[in-house]
Amino acid sequence: MTAGLAQALQPAVRANRRQRLVERWMAFAFVFPAVLLLTVITLAPLVVLLVLSFTDYELGNTTTEIVGLSNFSKAMADTVFRRSIWNTAVYVAIVLPGAVGFGLLVAILVHGRKKTRSFYEIAYFLPVASTLIAMATVWQFLLHPQLGPINAFLNLIGIGKLTFLSDPALALPSLAVLAMWQLIGFNMVLFLAGLSSIPKDLYEAAEIDGCASGLDRFMTITWPMLGPTTMFVIVTTSITAFKVFDTVALLTRGGPMGTTEVLLYAIYLEAFQYFRTGYAAALTLIFLVFILAFSLIQTLILDRRVHYG
Amino acid sequence: MASVELTSVSKSFGPLTVLHDINLDIADGEFITLVGPSGCGKSTLIRIIAGLEPQTGGSVRINGAAIDHLRPHERRVAMVFQSYALYPHMSVAANIGLPLTMQRLSLWERVPLLRLLSRRRRAVMPQIAAEVNAVAAQLQIEPLLARRPAQLSGGQRQRVALGRAMVRHPDVFLMDEPLSNLDAKLRVHMRTELAELHERLKATFIYVTHDQVEAMTMSDRVAMMDGGRIQQLGTPTELYARPANLTVAQFIGSPSINLIPGQINQTGRVEALGQPLHLSTGLQPGATVTIGVRPEATFPGEPTRFGPHHASIPVTLRRSENLGSEFLLHFEAAGLPGAPLACRVTTQHAIKTGPDHLNFDPATCHVFDAAGKRVEASVVAPGTGGRAS
Repeated sequence: MTAGLAQALQPAVRANRRQRLVERWMAFAFVFPAVLLLTVITLAPLVVLLVLSFTDYELGNTTTEIVGLSNFSKAMADTVFRRSIWNTAVYVAIVLPGAVGFGLLVAILVHGRKKTRSFYEIAYFLPVASTLIAMATVWQFLLHPQLGPINAFLNLIGIGKLTFLSDPALALPSLAVLAMWQLIGFNMVLFLAGLSSIPKDLYEAAEIDGCASGLDRFMTITWPMLGPTTMFVIVTTSITAFKVFDTVALLTRGGPMGTTEVLLYAIYLEAFQYFRTGYAAALTLIFLVFILAFSLIQTLILDRRVHYG
Repeated sequence: MASVELTSVSKSFGPLTVLHDINLDIADGEFITLVGPSGCGKSTLIRIIAGLEPQTGGSVRINGAAIDHLRPHERRVAMVFQSYALYPHMSVAANIGLPLTMQRLSLWERVPLLRLLSRRRRAVMPQIAAEVNAVAAQLQIEPLLARRPAQLSGGQRQRVALGRAMVRHPDVFLMDEPLSNLDAKLRVHMRTELAELHERLKATFIYVTHDQVEAMTMSDRVAMMDGGRIQQLGTPTELYARPANLTVAQFIGSPSINLIPGQINQTGRVEALGQPLHLSTGLQPGATVTIGVRPEATFPGEPTRFGPHHASIPVTLRRSENLGSEFLLHFEAAGLPGAPLACRVTTQHAIKTGPDHLNFDPATCHVFDAAGKRVEASVVAPGTGGRAS
């Protein structure tokens, strides 16, 4: 009798199996475009990069040889590259706290405005929307030792003229300030969104519970509630800072005396000035590992201390 | 423990006045409820008492001393918010303990890392923890102390919010719709718990709600508010039995009171739908009135089953709702299209008979004048002065 039942059910089982097969192919069909795009745009170039970094390929060459890890050992011994790592680290160390700290400060101040809020939002966001190439020209003028209004002002108050972009001690910090000028507006917008999502009730409860001063309320409510936003801002800001290139290429070209040679500029020189594609690929890979490691450490450390919703 | 006095408190937002000249004396240890529809100003009033909102005029006193110039935390009041407003990044214990840490530790003793250096903090923190534990024990939330608010149910969050209010032994508890985010069953349960808590703490409770059931069941006194004014202040029984005006009559009681249009006839009697009732008022003949009859004071059935002084209105049954313990009948009266009359009966019996009359005792009626104000009405015995009937 059970056998009879099984026989009777067989067509149903078969139909069921066919349907499952169709569903599976359908699923593949749906994800295929996304997988294709991801492969062509991101994964394939990464693989090409990886392969190139093990060769001595130079742009225009018809032949190339596998050289193993020699590109990497060369990079480690390369003084220019080592200096560019150090310079980038210094640059990030200035930009990251500056852009995050001032971004938060500006956001808190702007958040408290009612009528003038949109004016400040636009004013601080303008540098983000403007092209840095045009702005770099403006900054070049502003910082100019002879023509620039900044030096005219410094002269006026008795500090004297400073050659911002050609003094080895000032060039990198000047570029860092320029980056902060652009990043603060963007970070402000992110922090403003975070601030707006904090329920008003919490501040009122805190006020009744004894958080009398603004500092108390900041420590009890604002700072912890902004945790997820702050983490996002820190990670994006540090990646942006790591990728500094345009201001260096436009304003200092790595000088004076190599003090503004940064990772991306070094890679650019190797790849597009000296056409050492294989070596540049190896440097790029090192750069990527740096960013990945840095972001991963930040996320791991911060994630544990951040409260989400 | 404290008394609270509000003297001609008013509040305007620009041209909009939300509170008009509020006067209210709240006795020490009293449970008073501000009830009213949304937008009546009850939340604004409690926020003024808390110090979260400055009043435009008038004064708030606690124990006879004006507190208008004091910041919220200096007023010795605690507030439970509708949203509970728990700090989501803190454990339950830290949430409850926050008012105490703010009170007893200086700023630098609370700064992360730096606070580890403070010896006084190490002495104070165990005390605070002990007090938090004691409050948690009272509210039966001890096992939850290590959790975050996100890991709690609505009812548990409610208790944590209560704990945070209780921990510093405030003079006055302010509660802004604390039960409205709970499901119906839990709300009924928490009503009892809050009333018991009030009895135990013997503190002054000022409770805001839009739910007249909460107002009726928990309070010593109820202040019914509408349009930025206190419409009536009294015990729940007073508000139910002797509503001062139509607004109060309609708001208190569920289902809502039946309103029948009427007038004063030539003999001075109250007439409902053209039918004279055995009721007389001090109003002039010809005056328009509204007669209010509670659904629980009406009886369906043949008029002959009731005494001669009962009023009977011919009706047709539109709908009947089974509430389990009782039935809610909705009738339509001939002269009152679109304004159903509700009737509450305890047995199914009434429905089967298919009543075509709704009867009520004029003595249970409330009479309101054209302005909606309560008018005292006295029962005229049938036969006496019954020229018109």
